[in-house]
Amino acid sequence: MSKTSTLATAVALALTLGAGASVNAMDMPECENCADELTIVSWGGAYSKSQLRAYHEPYTELTGTAIVNDDSSAEAVAKLRAMNEAGNVTWDVVDVVAADAIRLCDEGLAEEIDADADLAAAPDGTPASEDFGDLLVSDCFIPQIVYSTTFGYRTDIEDWNGATPEDVCAIFDTETFPGQRSLEKRPIANMEWALMCDGVAIEDVYDALETDEGVAQALAKLDTIKDQTIWWSAGAETPQLLADGEVAIGSTYNGRLFSAIEEQNQPIAMLWDAQMFDLDGWIVPAGLSEERKARAMHYLKFATDTQRLADQAKYISYGPARASSAPLVGKHADLGIEMAPHMPTDPANAQNTFLYNYEWWADNRDDLDAKFQAWLAN
Amino acid sequence: MTSALTTHDGQPLHKSLARALRREKLRSLLLIAPLLAFVLVTFVFPIADMLFRSVENSIVPDTLPGTTRTIQSWDATGDELPSEEVYTSLADDLLLAQELKIHTRLGSRLNYDQPGIASTFRKSGRQVRKLDASAHLDSFSEFNKEWGTPSAWADIKTHALWPTAFPASSIAFNNWTRYIISDEGDDADLSSMTPYGTVYSALFYDVQKFNDDQWSQLTASSSAVSHLFTGLKDQLPNFPSANYKEQFLDIDDGWGEIDNWRTIHRLSPRMVDSYYWASIDRERTVEGVEHKPANERIYVKLFIRTFVMSMVITVSCILLGYPIAYLLATLPTRTSNLLLILVLLPFWTSLLVRTSAWKVLLQQQGVINDILVWARIIGDDGRLALINNITGTIITMTHILLPFMILPLFSVMKTISPSYVRAAKSMGATDWTAFRRVYFPNTIPGIGAGSILVFILSIGYYITPELVGGTSGVFISNRIAYHISSSLNWGLAAALGSILLASVLILYWAYDKVVGIDNVKLG
Repeated sequence: MSKTSTLATAVALALTLGAGASVNAMDMPECENCADELTIVSWGGAYSKSQLRAYHEPYTELTGTAIVNDDSSAEAVAKLRAMNEAGNVTWDVVDVVAADAIRLCDEGLAEEIDADADLAAAPDGTPASEDFGDLLVSDCFIPQIVYSTTFGYRTDIEDWNGATPEDVCAIFDTETFPGQRSLEKRPIANMEWALMCDGVAIEDVYDALETDEGVAQALAKLDTIKDQTIWWSAGAETPQLLADGEVAIGSTYNGRLFSAIEEQNQPIAMLWDAQMFDLDGWIVPAGLSEERKARAMHYLKFATDTQRLADQAKYISYGPARASSAPLVGKHADLGIEMAPHMPTDPANAQNTFLYNYEWWADNRDDLDAKFQAWLAN
Repeated sequence: MTSALTTHDGQPLHKSLARALRREKLRSLLLIAPLLAFVLVTFVFPIADMLFRSVENSIVPDTLPGTTRTIQSWDATGDELPSEEVYTSLADDLLLAQELKIHTRLGSRLNYDQPGIASTFRKSGRQVRKLDASAHLDSFSEFNKEWGTPSAWADIKTHALWPTAFPASSIAFNNWTRYIISDEGDDADLSSMTPYGTVYSALFYDVQKFNDDQWSQLTASSSAVSHLFTGLKDQLPNFPSANYKEQFLDIDDGWGEIDNWRTIHRLSPRMVDSYYWASIDRERTVEGVEHKPANERIYVKLFIRTFVMSMVITVSCILLGYPIAYLLATLPTRTSNLLLILVLLPFWTSLLVRTSAWKVLLQQQGVINDILVWARIIGDDGRLALINNITGTIITMTHILLPFMILPLFSVMKTISPSYVRAAKSMGATDWTAFRRVYFPNTIPGIGAGSILVFILSIGYYITPELVGGTSGVFISNRIAYHISSSLNWGLAAALGSILLASVLILYWAYDKVVGIDNVKLG
């Protein structure tokens, strides 16, 4: 209890010191006829911890709501469907990636959200829909962070003779950069990188992938490194493989690399080129009772305001999804280093990026996944 | 014997016995009732549900009740798009579907069979409210303004020919009713409203198909709707044809793609076999069942791999487990109990921890490779690839499943009296002959039990192959897991699971024929 209140004081302090312009959390209207418990589903690990410190603890302090954490986001889509079929939804707020939010929305498993009516405006009065802008990729989705899938490489590889990877095509350059690679065991991002490094312009990538020739071209490019690649399915694998010296270069989420580099001081460096932006955020499951839904919406209004999103960046290196939060990003709460240069959205890192094409992948994911897995199995 | 035997209270003996037996049976049934209920709820129902899901397809006819009816008269083998009538029912079905927000769900379902159709449905949902559906509403009202009143529909619905002569408009009217209830709530006053335009368009197609008998029934002076239909037949040629097709093509090109329509046509029934064909890398096309393109075939290969690798793992477990079980069975109890704890120890460790431990051991910069390099058995650039491939899966799974082989073997070996082998030897058998002819045959029930356990467990494993299998060491269960948790294609997952279940049952049957299931002993 004392820990919670110290933290809450710290947050309150940060609020008063950090930004006079920010909406004071105490301005939140009381939640009427709301449930007094909230089950929040997220990814666990450092990510859940950052949410706990930036959102949950201040909210509990403010409203007295008991928050139960459930680290089930990895199975959220399937579980929500099962709960919905059983007519017993036990989750109130669920943290999912944007692609899953789109799927849940399509399946009618998530509530639609009216950004301007349900969410807080920016401190300068900009309505939420403009503050989030293009990142509102689904009617059911409130973006929280921008993260990216990008590369890390070991800085101590003798065979590289001092060369450092400058662009993403280094992963296909086994002459200059010999060694094992690690890539995610799914087509998304890998197919795009393969085509980009095979001379296809970034804006033509998806048109190419709709044709059999384009898919064949991408897979042929990946074939050149297939037998030197370890395919991962959990984000923690690449940092571990890099730390063990098992691979020389590999893709993963930028926050994972941040903690390997800055928190564990591994000899690893970031390769930001052609990082693929993706979004993570909240959905509210369909089929909640009025009281629980009211509580979930009340929490979300609080947890996705400008200051709260900026606060989360103190604990993990993911960029806040609101434009108005960016200037408020400060130093890491424990390490004391400036967080802005570690954000995927930082101008120096974001010189060459692409955003996951949600609609295209929603249509073609199953088809390309079948082709990709068939290619992998051969 | 002149009289039947009776008990002391005068009841005939056989009746009294039967009652006692019945009571016995009831009591034993009550005793097993909790278990029976448990097995039903956790085992029989889920399997039945899985089998049902692998063919179930009601989402298509339920979401598109009109379209799945009208599309039946379309020639799916030709290269013409469906007629205006089909587009009319699509407009009507989609109006309701987007109001209920189920159109995208249908799109996701169809997208499993036809990539790209999901966004066609998503886009159309936003646009379908803007469709111009006035053509036939106007024509009917101009013909007789009574048509534009709620009472016209109240009258038609009481007629004996509703709904038989009105197949399209009865569906459309029903859709409209549901639309209004969803939009305005249960207390909406339907009797004061006239349907929207697509219902009139559906009516237009029904009316055209009336035969002479139906016309005369509807226009008969005794009919409550004669004023609505008298003279209508002559006016019909002046009615415009519907223009939904053009409007749909404007909304999304997908509605002009014949393959999309073929998919809807093929998936119209409530039960379909498409998931099963997909499970064996085939698909139903207009020319019949065909192989999928070579670059999409994966399931047959994974099924074969799963079975072959499970057998290899089972054999490895026998080879490694047999000597250990023998040692355990023959050592003094004190020592063997200690060793038994070592066998059981892995059971008390989390599966993930054990799997991760193997990663540390087997990887190229791992313990085993380091030792081999240090001992100069291999060079530093010749490190062995022991993980992220078939080898890794076999090593790890053999280790994880080994106790399931050792325990039944051990308990069977424990019961074999040492005097058998001694007797064989005393009669002049060599060690080898005594083992081959006397000891080994006695252990076969243990091998059988262990093999069945290990084999059946290993074909269902997916976490371990996912973590250490790389690309060449994954099993069919990894794809099932993918379809359950990521793609949400539960129908395909159910079909794959059903095939796996059926294969196991067949193998079990074959085992029973060859070895005999009586020859299995767990202890």
